[in-house]
Amino acid sequence: MTQQFYVSPEQLMKDRADFARKGIARGRSVVVISCRDGIALVAENPSPSLHKIGEIYDKIAFAAVGKYNEFESLRQAGVRYADVRGYSYDREDVTARGLASVYAQSLGAVFTAEQKPFEVELAVAEVGTSPDEDHLYRLTFDGSIADEKGFIVMGGQADKVSEEVAAGWQGELDFAAAIRLALAGLVADKEANTLPASAVEVAVLDRGSESGRGTRRAFRRLDDADITAVLVEEN
Amino acid sequence: MQETTANQVAANATSSFAEHLQRQRPDLLPFGLQGSGQQLPAGLPAAPLQAPHGTTIVALTYAGGVLMAGDRRATMGNVIASRNIEKVFPADQYSVLGIAGTAGIALDITRLFQVELEHYEKIEGTLLSLDGKANRLGAMIRSNLPMAMQGLAVVPLFAGFDRPAGLGRLFSYDVTGGRYEEQEHHTVGSGSVFARGSLKKLWRPNLTEPEAVAVAVEALYDAADDDSATGGPDPVRQLWPVVYIVNRSGAFRVPERELAAVAGTVIESRAAARREA
Repeated sequence: MTQQFYVSPEQLMKDRADFARKGIARGRSVVVISCRDGIALVAENPSPSLHKIGEIYDKIAFAAVGKYNEFESLRQAGVRYADVRGYSYDREDVTARGLASVYAQSLGAVFTAEQKPFEVELAVAEVGTSPDEDHLYRLTFDGSIADEKGFIVMGGQADKVSEEVAAGWQGELDFAAAIRLALAGLVADKEANTLPASAVEVAVLDRGSESGRGTRRAFRRLDDADITAVLVEEN
Repeated sequence: MQETTANQVAANATSSFAEHLQRQRPDLLPFGLQGSGQQLPAGLPAAPLQAPHGTTIVALTYAGGVLMAGDRRATMGNVIASRNIEKVFPADQYSVLGIAGTAGIALDITRLFQVELEHYEKIEGTLLSLDGKANRLGAMIRSNLPMAMQGLAVVPLFAGFDRPAGLGRLFSYDVTGGRYEEQEHHTVGSGSVFARGSLKKLWRPNLTEPEAVAVAVEALYDAADDDSATGGPDPVRQLWPVVYIVNRSGAFRVPERELAAVAGTVIESRAAARREA
């Protein structure tokens, strides 16, 4: 029988964290911004069909960076959790807080018990009736959970992007301004000074979906034409 | 077949909410399924179970879409259980569902079907095709067969806009989940024989949208005239049929105000005719 090498728990956790951080740092960034009209989710993503941003429930959206297969399985699990909960209780009983804590527990369990931690970072956003009632939760690979105010930046060059977004952020922004701010942040670490519409993925959680569009589902994905229109508004 | 990890993953990947419930939470399904511990006791009860029944639903196609309308009455034996029940619901953005039969189970199947379609849309990132939706509903009705055998039957009517084909389509079902595509118009429920007779005379090709609403309301009026379980327009309580239209831009409920006017016209024309039937 071979003798197992002893590795201290500190070292083991540190190695795992370093491993996960490296995986995440390779990915492109995602910005989630709470604003007057609702919550804007903007990701740098050249694929038109493999999404980093998704709808979870009526008022709840999901954004992720890292390994696609890992966050996609988490997104699907989130949709199942929310749909089962909404079906068995009521639609209004599905909250971002509940979902985020389920994610935190799954990520924490995988981080400590599995062969390899998930190389992902997630954001769970819930739009409220006013910006004060918006909820933004950030979840990291080890199951840590943070309740953020205003905006979340995740991914490779999060520090640089975050600086840029923090400089321009205010609660009174409308969707167009919030999306432009996010895009300005996403190019902060690049040589180019704009991103084409085809290279980004944008979705919003519309605060006024019930009165404006007559649907309780606040999530709306913007297509390339919509994004181009938002960018043109500036000029 | 070799049991590889890939096979297992593929077998477990489902975009169906009902299938997910069946595996994880069978107790939440509206109909009894093996292993859910929810089967009705074997052997028929001495008397049929008294439960509210939804009655008449009519649906018809018109130029540019399809329309569905339901009266507002639920009955339990010879008693009116509800005067303002709603039996037509949006299933998703481009389809609607009307239900006749045992109201409690029908409402739950409707709710399950709504979540089913939304769940598929969220997991897959695309809408299910209209035929796909119609087939899923058929499977759900088939799952209810054991309950239907014991007198708790649910019979839906499904209508939607087929976007690739650019037209409104209509599907009816039997209690075994059999799915039948209907042409022009169809009706289900206790007043359906009378509503169908009325529709046969009133429907014609290329109805406009307001004409289609008027035809549906009049067909329900005729059903209410002869079937005691179907409720007519109720000017005292200001209750009108529930009418949904589905066209290229989606499913919409016709506003009460419009229905009050249409029902008023039907009542007036009948009063003016001064005929017995």
